[in-house]
Amino acid sequence: MEIIVCVKRVPLTQEVDLEINPQKTDVRKDMLAYSINEWDNYAIEEAVLLKEKQGGNVTAVTVGTEEDEEVLRRCLAMGADKAIRVDPGNLHLDSVGVAKTLSQVIKGMPHDLVLTGVQADDLNEGAVGTMLAEMLDLAHAAVVREVKLDNGAATVRVELEGGVDEVSQIKTPALLCIQTGINEPRYVSIMGIRKAAKKELKVVKVEDLGLSQEDMAPWTTVEELYLPPETEGAEFIEGDPATVAEAILRILKEKGVSK
Amino acid sequence: MGEIFVVVEHRKGEVREITYQLLWKADDLCRKLSHTLTAVLFGGKDEALLGAVRERADQVIVFEDEQVKNYNGDLYTELLVRLLNEHRPFLTLMGHTPWGMDFAPSLSVRTGYPLATDCVDILVENGRPKAVRQIYTGKIFSRVGFKESEGYLITVRSGAFPIDKAGEHKGEVVKKDMPADLPAARRQFKAFEDTGAGAIDITQADLLVSIGRGVGEADKISIMQELADMLGGVLSCSRPVVDKNWLPKYHQVGTSGKSVKPKVYLAFGISGAFQHVAGISGAGCVIAVNKDKKAPIFRVADYGVVEDLFKVAEALKAKKA
Repeated sequence: MEIIVCVKRVPLTQEVDLEINPQKTDVRKDMLAYSINEWDNYAIEEAVLLKEKQGGNVTAVTVGTEEDEEVLRRCLAMGADKAIRVDPGNLHLDSVGVAKTLSQVIKGMPHDLVLTGVQADDLNEGAVGTMLAEMLDLAHAAVVREVKLDNGAATVRVELEGGVDEVSQIKTPALLCIQTGINEPRYVSIMGIRKAAKKELKVVKVEDLGLSQEDMAPWTTVEELYLPPETEGAEFIEGDPATVAEAILRILKEKGVSK
Repeated sequence: MGEIFVVVEHRKGEVREITYQLLWKADDLCRKLSHTLTAVLFGGKDEALLGAVRERADQVIVFEDEQVKNYNGDLYTELLVRLLNEHRPFLTLMGHTPWGMDFAPSLSVRTGYPLATDCVDILVENGRPKAVRQIYTGKIFSRVGFKESEGYLITVRSGAFPIDKAGEHKGEVVKKDMPADLPAARRQFKAFEDTGAGAIDITQADLLVSIGRGVGEADKISIMQELADMLGGVLSCSRPVVDKNWLPKYHQVGTSGKSVKPKVYLAFGISGAFQHVAGISGAGCVIAVNKDKKAPIFRVADYGVVEDLFKVAEALKAKKA
């Protein structure tokens, strides 16, 4: 079983003050910490679990700069057998561009299963996975929270709204977009990452993939970023924890839910 | 004069709320642009479904076939590609839902129409749409433009628009047969399964003490459970807590969990992702405790406390003890 997992390195933006760049096209990223996209972490874990059960190989692929190799090394430490980084050079790729790039790389490789995260934590477009499925002409399912493989088919549990799942069967080879919570991603130690340094990490240049400039032109473009409009928002309760606690208990009493 | 398409979403014989929100925005744009509103309904033979959609669109294109009675990504995409090629609508609106996320990107690749996903507003300037999105955990807004195209595709975030009221339209119904050369679907629907039932029912509580990622580790859950008990409330949580297996899914508030309507919702360490916030729109009063002053939860909360959640929790316990 050949499994390919597409991963992305993203900035961590919770509990951080974000600043928009002067061109208003992105946030300033020089002060941000980075990590593997949370959804992709579950996807790589799922791939390794399936490999451990069924045998085979797991390949992690990312489109990004040398710095992004950090997440590939992490994937190798988690149990991926090899990794590929596609260097986009100076190209600024949108979802379609990333999907086309991945599709050119994956086309030439054996693949029984391609896994992606449902979406990435930075731009939350949730489009690359199913675009890629279409380009590779694979059956697919989005928002998958359980995978069971069975001779040329996969039974998947798709998470719908309101605590309801859809159980469906899809033919393999297939592409599945993996939802958080599907498994418990294993811990990765620094030692583990060091050990995995021996594994193969191949770098491919996007210009060697046979895609034209026109192919890679974005379909959508960020015109302007701005801060959320000021709303009235919360009335802030100030003071030390004891003062705050008193104020909260007073509100509970006012609303008639005090015990 | 052109057309705006809305793809109807339904489950177990009921039109999903997102569809009425899409129809509201489509109607708004149609009035401004003098376009006509066409709803596309894939379903079995179901007069109630059709009736609900008819009242809100100029035209309903309906496929009454058992193969599409339940959602099927392959068939939705294939049929929509053909419809879009035939009608060439200026704009096609879909829900940014598990199903919309499943077929809209495929549709974009197949038609070459550019797609913006998870949009919270749509503007039209000089004959081309622009979409407004929220990025970086809701802290930044982004205005997105499209390449020039005959048609454009947009998926809309649930709750971004109001629900369209019935009655103004009496849409013409155009019944379509499934094409004979339709490729076989590679995906087969088996069943719906409810995962929400459990030992407690968070939807009935007057006071919810709700915890998020900020709780940090499984060992801390008991502290918050004690607090909930002391306050006479029920413990609920946001998605990351369930993803990490710290609490069972029946505690989860939000689009993939449950919608709740307590008198007071006390949120500890919850950042306020839109999927979570959508689940608490029925709450009487929201009090949020979070270390991050810029956390989106403070935009919807009535009261906010910028503080370490455990300090506040311990202080509350001390007062109640």
